[in-house]
Amino acid sequence: MLPKTNCYVGYIRTENIMLLNYAESIRLGFDYLLKHYDNVFVIGQGVWSPWYVGTSMIGLDVTYGEGRIIDTPISELGVTGMCVGAALNGMRPVCVHPRMDFAILAFDQLVNQAAKWSHMFGGQSHVPLTARLIINRGGEQGAQHSQALHAWLMHIPGLRVVMPYSVQDAHDLLIAATLCDDPVIYIDDRWLYETTSLVTEIQELSLNNIESKCIREGQHITLVGAGYSTHLCMQAAEQLTLQGTRCEVIDLRVLNPLKINVVRHSVEKTGRLLVVDGGWASCGLTAEVITKTLETMDLKLLKKNPQRITLVDAPAPTSRALEKIYYPTVEQVCQHVKAML
Amino acid sequence: MHYSDISGLSSNALFRLLHKMLIIRETEEWIAQKVGSGDIKCPCHLAVGQEAAPVALSECLTKSDRVYGTHRSHNHYLAMTDDIEDLISEILGKESGCSKGMGGSQHLIKESKGFGGSVPIVGATIPIAAGAALAMKMRNMSSVAVAFFGDGATEEGVMHETFNLAAKMQLPVCFVCENNLFASHLHILQRQTASSTVRFAQAHNINHIQLDGNDVTLLYRKLKLIIGKIRTKCVPYFVEVMTYRWKGHVGHLEDVDVGLKRSEDLEFWKQHCDPVTRLYKPMLEQALISEEGFDILKEEIRKRIQCAWEIALQAPYATEDKLLRWVYKN
Ligand SMILES: Cc1ncc(C[n+]2csc(CCOP(=O)(O)OP(=O)(O)O)c2C)c(N)n1
Ligand SMILES: [Mg+2]
Repeated sequence: MLPKTNCYVGYIRTENIMLLNYAESIRLGFDYLLKHYDNVFVIGQGVWSPWYVGTSMIGLDVTYGEGRIIDTPISELGVTGMCVGAALNGMRPVCVHPRMDFAILAFDQLVNQAAKWSHMFGGQSHVPLTARLIINRGGEQGAQHSQALHAWLMHIPGLRVVMPYSVQDAHDLLIAATLCDDPVIYIDDRWLYETTSLVTEIQELSLNNIESKCIREGQHITLVGAGYSTHLCMQAAEQLTLQGTRCEVIDLRVLNPLKINVVRHSVEKTGRLLVVDGGWASCGLTAEVITKTLETMDLKLLKKNPQRITLVDAPAPTSRALEKIYYPTVEQVCQHVKAML
Repeated sequence: MHYSDISGLSSNALFRLLHKMLIIRETEEWIAQKVGSGDIKCPCHLAVGQEAAPVALSECLTKSDRVYGTHRSHNHYLAMTDDIEDLISEILGKESGCSKGMGGSQHLIKESKGFGGSVPIVGATIPIAAGAALAMKMRNMSSVAVAFFGDGATEEGVMHETFNLAAKMQLPVCFVCENNLFASHLHILQRQTASSTVRFAQAHNINHIQLDGNDVTLLYRKLKLIIGKIRTKCVPYFVEVMTYRWKGHVGHLEDVDVGLKRSEDLEFWKQHCDPVTRLYKPMLEQALISEEGFDILKEEIRKRIQCAWEIALQAPYATEDKLLRWVYKN
């Protein structure tokens, strides 16, 4: 058995503010949900194992018991379908897929069932299911263990898709997702787990009221990202200030339904739009953001054609040499920005 | 320790079994050490302790047969190919590797030697092997397809679908479940209601047998008959080989703190069920090999590995253009 402990690395708490890292913030979100809502349970392959979920769930099984924190056989489709059934019957399951690639085996239940029940039964039935899909790339893992498939899920009406970048959102969005009456895909990224920040106390928010957020102001260019790509944008913006470039950074947070107002307002001001994503270009997040922005804004305000940074149209390679050129980097964002000024 | 029964087998056959198992053992231990030292970054799921079944099976196949594997397939690959060099290069991501440096430890292939491919999505190659069997049947090849998979893969729906299909369509496929009692951090009894998986084959009317997965001569004798039957009668077969992995789920450590009873059990399996010792000892007793000969054999293999390692280190990585080179065939 795993060493079981409920004394997880303490966070610093002064009044209403805490210093947490991203993984601890996710854990805090789970802790809050499990403490306050009897009908919340968490199920998925690897939820007892840091190998699968990092430190984001440490000790929850001890505190809340293995009846509510349920590690499973390797049965993604069955587990997800059971969550749909439980959600239809009074529970609020959080179904964990420790790698987005494995969740593909569960897409039938997510796409054909969870996303459809409310609509096709005339609103009489709904599926308050949260599926937590973890992006876990790099480290020479290769093509079947590296995918960021948020765009694929964004494509589906009926699925809400959220992707936290900030430490605060890591728990705010988890809580909002779980309390939402619709199926929500919550996507967190292992590359963000160590990022640390001060967060305010837990609040229950409605997903309907959460939208993209301007997290850094600037007048020269609008950088847009979600999850880890927002992190890249923020780092690039920081570096570029040294050269006098002021980037505005928009963190999308909620990918579906995608509200574009915040991005549009920003681009109307800066006249330049660069969207960064760790997925592929074709039918991807960047395509959707750019289209939605251009559809609704006065194109005369554009100073440059909008641009995007994505993966090349290839599966993830394995070797460190190819991984190095495969994933978008801060330098790449900086270069793109300079070329657009 | 229960030794392998070597009676009636030629010294040549026994020697091949021993040699192949040692190649796997020594290569895996070498890789483990390099994972530990940080020279290998690619995740490696090592098969130390699980040498016997793939070695025995590889001795029963012909050139047109096909074997498909999993995330833990260094043993399958080496048993089929003997290519230490290409395996090590691949793990290092070098162009000289068996997948041209594009796959790493979990994506191995060597069609020319009957190894059709290994992938890490659990259960994925079970229907693929059945499909290979279907093609073989349609093309009247009298060949056999083999799917290696772990006990964990029996929990995936696709295995159950494939069993029904293979049984109904009478496909020449051998399903080999290497039941090492674990799927990553969970013991099989934390995941299933029984520690054997043969009941799944039974449910689909597939011929099945459970075997001691660490007794290489037993496996060799039985698998020879089974593969022969699959080939001549064109029927599927399910073979569960009971075994144990000496290393943790991934990497070089033993993970003795993970899963049920692992710390006691691991010691037992090493002391009493080591497939190499179980063959070596009776061969020694019957003077088919000497202690010295055994050491020389291991030393030769180590030299080969060392040499392969040094060459692989010098070899170039797959170049940048390869990122897009094989996304589509042309
Ligand atoms: C579809 C899918 N789900 C989960 C995983 C993660 N995973 C990799 S190996 C493994 C355990 C497999 O256990 P088993 O089939 O018994 O093989 P063993 O590791 O014991 O050789 C798991 C859960 C995966 N690779 N693919
Ligand atoms: Mg296993």
